[in-house]
Amino acid sequence: MKSRILIADDEPNIVISLEYLMRREGHEVSVARDGDEALEMIQREPPDLVLLDAMMPGKSGFEVCQAVRDDQRLAKVKIVMLTAKGRETDMAKGKALGVDAYIVKPFSTRDLAEKVRSMLADPA
Amino acid sequence: MNRFDWRLAVGVAVVGAACLLWLVVAGALLWAVLDPADWHTVIEALGGRGGLLLFLWAGSLIPVAGLLRYLIAHYVRAPARLAEEARLRMNNEKAGPLKLRGSRENQRLAELLNGLLEKQYALQAEMADRVREASRQTELEKSRLAALMSELTKSVVVCNLDGRILLYNNRARIQFRRLSRAPGVAGGAELMGLGRSIYTVLDRRLVQHALENVQRRLNRGAGAPSAQFVTTTPSGKLLRVQMTPVRQVEAGGQDDAPRSIAEMTGFVLLIENITDDMQADSEKDRLLTSLTEGSRAALANTRAAIEVLEYPDIEEPMRERLLGVIREEIQSLSERIGEVQLTTSKALRSRWPLEDMLAGDLIEVAIKRLRSELGLHAQHENVDEALWLKVESFTLLQALLHLAARLKEHCGVRSLALRLNENEGRACLDLMWTPDQSDGNKAELGWDMEPIRVGRETLSLTVHDVLERHGGECWIEQEVEDQRHRCFFRLLLPLATPQEELPTATFMRHESRPEYYDFDLFQSSARSESLDDCPLGELVYTVFDTETTGLNPAGGDEIIQIGAVRIVNGKVLRHEYFDQLVDPRRLIPPAGIQIHGITPDMVRGQPTIDEVLPAFHSFCADTVLVAHNAAFDMRCLELKEKQTGLKFDHPVLDTLLLSALVHENQDSHRLEVIAERFGLTIIGRHTAIGDAMVTAEILVQLIPLLAEKGVHTLGQARQAAQQTYYARINY
Repeated sequence: MKSRILIADDEPNIVISLEYLMRREGHEVSVARDGDEALEMIQREPPDLVLLDAMMPGKSGFEVCQAVRDDQRLAKVKIVMLTAKGRETDMAKGKALGVDAYIVKPFSTRDLAEKVRSMLADPA
Repeated sequence: MNRFDWRLAVGVAVVGAACLLWLVVAGALLWAVLDPADWHTVIEALGGRGGLLLFLWAGSLIPVAGLLRYLIAHYVRAPARLAEEARLRMNNEKAGPLKLRGSRENQRLAELLNGLLEKQYALQAEMADRVREASRQTELEKSRLAALMSELTKSVVVCNLDGRILLYNNRARIQFRRLSRAPGVAGGAELMGLGRSIYTVLDRRLVQHALENVQRRLNRGAGAPSAQFVTTTPSGKLLRVQMTPVRQVEAGGQDDAPRSIAEMTGFVLLIENITDDMQADSEKDRLLTSLTEGSRAALANTRAAIEVLEYPDIEEPMRERLLGVIREEIQSLSERIGEVQLTTSKALRSRWPLEDMLAGDLIEVAIKRLRSELGLHAQHENVDEALWLKVESFTLLQALLHLAARLKEHCGVRSLALRLNENEGRACLDLMWTPDQSDGNKAELGWDMEPIRVGRETLSLTVHDVLERHGGECWIEQEVEDQRHRCFFRLLLPLATPQEELPTATFMRHESRPEYYDFDLFQSSARSESLDDCPLGELVYTVFDTETTGLNPAGGDEIIQIGAVRIVNGKVLRHEYFDQLVDPRRLIPPAGIQIHGITPDMVRGQPTIDEVLPAFHSFCADTVLVAHNAAFDMRCLELKEKQTGLKFDHPVLDTLLLSALVHENQDSHRLEVIAERFGLTIIGRHTAIGDAMVTAEILVQLIPLLAEKGVHTLGQARQAAQQTYYARINY
């Protein structure tokens, strides 16, 4: 089954690779350039999974995550937070706000693909 | 000064009345013995000449008045004046012996009083000696403490529980001058001064909160009950303040050792300006973040791109785009590293405690030790002695000695030269020697990697380590100068920002040591009663004087100089003064220049009254204003009220009125006359600060004399002064 994935990141340099990677994995991919756009797209057409950058112009990844988790209708959307912030406090914050996975940059694309695959397979 | 004397009037009236009575009685008797027939003759003879008779009577009163005046001056006012002068001299030896004046009786009285005064002085001197001896020890300890404080490089302020400052050191003075919003005018003296409130600089709530913390720790019996807080000043500086309590000391048990108890009597504040440190810290944070988080993103982008590139079936355009990503990210990473390196060499250097040291001092010590410990012939050449270095001099000297010792052992060097210069923002310390021509240069750079050995002692440090601590470097160079071939170890060392050397004039106004402390303030506590009930000796005064373009402030005359000095605890604080010329923005009449000596050139470029008055207003905050003939000076300030919005509604005392109150029989109460009466010398009469200083001294002398007159409190003094003769003259 084709899953729908939203990539929310303001850096085109990572979006290129992520987009290619996810397409290759056989997913349907859309891209948001900032937090507001991401949230709007999620609300309009909830994807199965969001690759969410923590630091974006407009709403930050954390804010988007919070807004999504506050919305019952979006409970099924899985959130993978991609961030350059490697501090434990940031990870704790991500967890607390309802992030499903917290991945610190730089990461292995293979691991990321693996993670996404397993998360999508998991019905919960 | 001629003034109406009621005694003269009464005397003349009495004599006049007596004469008149005598005339009437004599006339009546005469009338009684005359025949009625003669009555007619007499009436005829006198006729309308009764007026003449009356005129003669009145005329005779003139010599009577003259005589009475003489008698009063000689036998009434002269002794009264003598009594005043004697009373003044009872506690003031400087005023000199009483002058022998007036009638012979008066002169003998003065002689007698002089003799008595001599005895009184001798007695006083003896008493004073004993008191001095008794308090010498305490004084010594106090001043030792104060001297210690003044040498500290941290700002120290000691306050009593009300936050009144009772000690501060020179560093605090400098620091508060930097915090002052009017540094040019009041020089921070409006913030930092004995008896002033620390709350003008530090937030009262912060201090109170810290005090409570300290008190809680004290009660718990903590060993080092101190508290710390960081605060910002109105001028935007960041201060770190450490508070330590001053505890009540009471005599102990058997061994009589003083014992501190939990009750606080005041607190010590160590104040540090950490604005620069904080800036350096946040710069460091920024760099670290840019290094970690910034690089993370770039690395992620690159890594992802590379991993995608590894797919064998990747299309050409995608391949190009990914390669572009990699190139771009690598480029940005390189730039970031470059930037970090540029800035980190300053900000990220490890925090080994380095101290500021003058190049001249370092070289001097180095040469001494090269000579004494290695027996080398050492000298300096071309040393920039005024250069400030940031070094850890102990290990640096060890490193130098180590290198010199190796040179001596391996190359047989017997003579060395030290050179120190600035080059591109760093100090170059060169240890120079002339190599032996025959076997060339045997010195090795490897020496800087071996443990430093000085004498028989080996440190765990290498020369390299020492230079690392300084963020420096070390290498060997050769140079040929004037056909002289020489080698040298070059040690690169950091420079310090030049230290602020204070002009001595900023704190040494007089020969005496600065009055930076007054421990008597520990005793004084918050006043619940109003100022009017306050004893004169306990008040804080600002004694001031103004020089003006003329004597008619309402008619446009302006202030051109303000001088003021403070009195705290009955002492004139000569070092906490206010002395400022003011640009009047108008012509200074030449007539005035002869008096005050202030020329238009002197006030040009000086601040105007709008700038000076706010600083002066804070300088006199919470004090009683004092001036000689205060009505005039107060009028000058009052006229500026609208312009500056500053109300000088302080209680005011006038030394002219107080002097008239104490010495009502003296003719003159001009400033110089009063000063002479008290045996004071005026330095700089008709300069505002000179006049203010002497007025202050006069006030200090007047306070005990006022007490003898039953005037003890501010309220009483103000009321009594209003009732003196001089107060009734309107300015």
